[in-house]
Order: sequence, then structure tokens, then C-alpha cells
Amino acid sequence: MTHCTPSEMMIVAAARALAGVRTVFVGVGLPNSACNLARRTVAPHLELIYESGVYGAQPARLPLSIGDPTLISGATSVCSMADLFGLYLQGGRVEVAFLGGAQIDRFGNLNTTVIGDWQQPKVRLPGSGGACEIAINAQQIFVIMRLKRRAFVDQLHFLTSPGHLGGGGERAVLRLPGSGPQLVVTDKCVFRFDEATGEMVLHSLHPGVELAEVQEAVGWELKIAPHLGETESPTDEDLRLLREELDPQGLYR
Amino acid sequence: MSDGEMNTSMGTLFSPPDVEGARQFFAAKSRVLTDKLMSVSEAVTQFVHDGDYFSSGGFGMIRISTAVLHEIVRQRKKNLGFAGHTSTHDFEILAAGRCFDRCDVAYIVGLEVCGLSPQARRYMESGAVQVTEWSNATLGWRLKAAAMGVPFLPARALLGTETFKYSAAKEILCPFTGQKLAALPALYPDVSVIHVHRADVYGNAQIDGISVADWDLARASKRLILTTEQVVDTSEIRRTPELTQIPYWLVDAVCHVPYGSYPGNMPYEYYLDKEHLNEWLEAEKDVATLDAFLQKYIYGTQDFAEYLALKGGEEHLAELRAREPLQRG
Repeated sequence: MTHCTPSEMMIVAAARALAGVRTVFVGVGLPNSACNLARRTVAPHLELIYESGVYGAQPARLPLSIGDPTLISGATSVCSMADLFGLYLQGGRVEVAFLGGAQIDRFGNLNTTVIGDWQQPKVRLPGSGGACEIAINAQQIFVIMRLKRRAFVDQLHFLTSPGHLGGGGERAVLRLPGSGPQLVVTDKCVFRFDEATGEMVLHSLHPGVELAEVQEAVGWELKIAPHLGETESPTDEDLRLLREELDPQGLYR
Repeated sequence: MSDGEMNTSMGTLFSPPDVEGARQFFAAKSRVLTDKLMSVSEAVTQFVHDGDYFSSGGFGMIRISTAVLHEIVRQRKKNLGFAGHTSTHDFEILAAGRCFDRCDVAYIVGLEVCGLSPQARRYMESGAVQVTEWSNATLGWRLKAAAMGVPFLPARALLGTETFKYSAAKEILCPFTGQKLAALPALYPDVSVIHVHRADVYGNAQIDGISVADWDLARASKRLILTTEQVVDTSEIRRTPELTQIPYWLVDAVCHVPYGSYPGNMPYEYYLDKEHLNEWLEAEKDVATLDAFLQKYIYGTQDFAEYLALKGGEEHLAELRAREPLQRG
């Protein structure tokens, strides 16, 4: 196998998780690369949905915006944003959605609103965007974000979008329709979630990554799967597609 | 956070869901077929007032009305309310002009893959702006409620989060299923601006490509300024009525502004100018360089045409036309 970067490993691992999926709600950046790689490999019938109103996108280049015309060109359908969120997402028609954030906690809750106190933020971040309703309504959430101690925190500064909330079936109590986060793909490892407690569990390490590296980058006492695996390496074809066709400028390498 | 107890939010409702007041306002609004062509400067002077609640159509850096946003800054409008719905470059311009003092937030400060705007951050972190949190769907559905004339729409949104806590939504129980829902209050902006591909002089307008929230925004807003790439005869509009998102009686002003979304993208027309958007971000790193930048491009120019000329005029715009991936036919 050709040597790959941690970012490439992350994108490939996220793409593979989409095997068999037909509808995915995509964001710009890392999710965009993962979903487009999946469409070229493990999920050829994957329909890409973007919150600007686009269904069935076939982007020819990397979009700079979720409303980028490259997402519209050749797409199956375009509708208003309110209809996309209402008729597709809240209507229950989105299987998987990708999310990320500045902070995530052990239950997969996400912060994209502020660092510091909300009243007097140290950093004002964009806010929910579409993430809050996506986290509530998509059938499954896959999170993709780089593993860093300042991002994987014991206490979020702000709970923008719900993961498993306080854990232990709290989503069901609120009757949130989606099943919440199922997977967190990082540049070092893959986490899944314990079905009973809703807590993040280390599922596999990317090749060459030590367990201690992951433990150091997580701000709580990390649960580890009984049979900790190694993430399957990218194939030469995965890397060729990423480097030559999907991201020739190497923005996400 | 059990199902039994009802949680309350603490955000300020900047624009109350006054459906009766809105009905009266819309009933009294003139439907006379009159020529509404005017300059951007006239439109902003006449229809945007200090303290108004303002909303910008399009999608942040796609089909925005840069000319009107610049003019709001140039005329030093103050204390506006702002609907931060998918706002990126539009937010950046108004934050640079310090034009608003309250904001309903769905997506602000960021420019998607281009990162965060330093000035938008400074302004939002300064304490000068009162914030209520929402999300892209919920703010969009607030406009839809207003357009529909109902005081709220229920949604499976916001529940269980601090986004809800700092919003002005309310939890309600569904009268049919008993489940908790978020009630999203109708949002009636005092004034909005939408940039379109073509309009006639009365304000019948057509949009190509993504419409985002503009169908609802046009119907929720008390006053509406259109800027348009092309002014066309009404017969041209009538040839493809299915493309007419905005009928004339919603509209107060029609301004002819070719390249009016620059440096944003205009689907089927021209691509965004990433270099100039980066120039904005670079200038914003420091307050002094931002002041000089604003002086050069906004305060020191008469109008949008002068700004386009400073940015390389027709020659540069032709390059952006060539870069647009959406082609007609």
C-alpha cells in the first residue's frame, strides 16, 4: 500500500462506513471528500444531499460553499432549504448525516456555538447551522473530526446539537426521531457508541497509532472495545481517487 | 431533561409573531402596478431605517445583494436587527460596518471552508450585539410561519439542547400525539433584500438555481428591495411564470445592479471571487487595515459600479463568468 496521511486515512474510513447507504446529508470539507469517495467506491448509488436544497449532487470539484454551483450542476433535484429540512430530513428520509464540531463529549454531543461562556464568549463560532436539526432527525449520525484534547472534552462549553445527551436513552425520553451518533471517525482512530449507555467506545486504531496517543487526546476516562481492532488501510485506488480526482490540490491531505 | 417537565428558553424574541398586525400591514400595502426602478442609494434611504429588523436573501456568498449591503454600511445605518440565516459574506459586510445590535443566529461569523471572519468575531465577542440562538431549519421555518400567516410552526427541532435554551422557541405538547415539539414563532422582518436574475420594473422577479429561503422571505418581509442582474419586459416574465418566485406586489424597490452578487457567486452567471473574499479576511485581521479597506471600497466609493471598477471591472468579471460551472441550455 502507498503511504497515506492521517487525513486520508480518516476520509477513507468515513467513506467505507457508508457501504450500503443510499441517502447521506453532506457538509463541505471532510464530509464532502468522504461522501464523494464513497460514491466512487463502496456506495455507487449514494445520493448526496446538501442543505442548500440540493438532492443527488455530483460535484465535479471541491465546493467552497454548501450552496456552491458545482453541487447543483448535474444534481437530480433542487428545492428550497425549508423544504429540504422539512420534507427530506424531518420527514425521515435521510439515512446518514455527517457532522463535526469544535468540541464533542463522550455522548457525542457537539458544540459549534462558542468557546468560553455564552454571555461573553472567548471565541464566537458560527452556531448550529443545520447541525441541531440534523442531529435530531437523521436516522444515523456519523461524526468526522480530528482527534485533539481541546476538541474531545469532558464538558462541552455549549451543547449545540444533541448526541446521546446525558446517555442511557435520554434521546428516547425526548422522542428524538433519529438514533443519534453511531460512529466517530478521527485522524487516529474510530469510535462507536455503547448501545445501552450511549457512551463513546474506542473501536479501532488506525495503522501505526498507539493506544496511549488516543487516550491522551481524550478528556475523559476512555472506554475501549474488548476486541480493539485496527482500521483497514486505504487501497491504492482509494488514494488515487482522492489525490488525482477528488482533491487534486490536496486541500484535505 | 425529562419528557414530563417543560423546559423554557431564555433568548429574546426580537420580532414578535404579530400575525394580526402583519395582516393589516400587508392588506394596506399598495398593489398598484407602478414602476419601482430606483437607485440602490434611493432604495436604502427610503426603505431601510435605523433600528429596522433586516434580512438578506441568498446563501451567504451565493446570490447576495452586495450592493445594498454596501449601501447600508455607506449610509451608516445603525441598530439593525439581523436574521443570521446561512449568512457569511453578508454578515461579514454588516459586521464590518457595525450596523446591527441584535441577531437571530443560525449560522454567522464563518465563511464555510474559508474560515472565520476576524471582524465578525471581534464584533460578536465585544458584547455590542444581543444574540438569540436558532438553527438553519428553525430560522427558515420562522420565515415560513410568517409567510403562511400563522403565529408559529411546530417542529422536531432544538429539543434537549442549549441551542433551545438560548433561543426564544417554546416547548409545546402535540395535541394529537402528546409528544414534545418546539414552537417556532413567526418572524416578520421589517425590510429584506433579495438579488435576482431578472425582474420587470414592477418587481415580478425570477431566480435561477437555489432559492434557499427567498420564497418565504419575500412573503414574510414587510418591505422588500430587489436588486437584479437584468431588467426585462413583463412579457419575458410571463413566458416562464413557473420561475416567478416573487410577484410584484411583494416588492417596494427594483434596482438594476449587474454583477450585484459580486464577490459572491451568481448561479449560471459568474463564480465567486475567492481572492477578493480572502482580501477581506486579510484586511480584517487588524482594525486599522480594515478601516482603510472599508474606506477604499465602501465609504470612499459613490456606488457599487465604482467598487466593481476598482476590482478590475469588465475584464475581471469576464474571468469570473468563465469560471461559473452552471451553464444554460
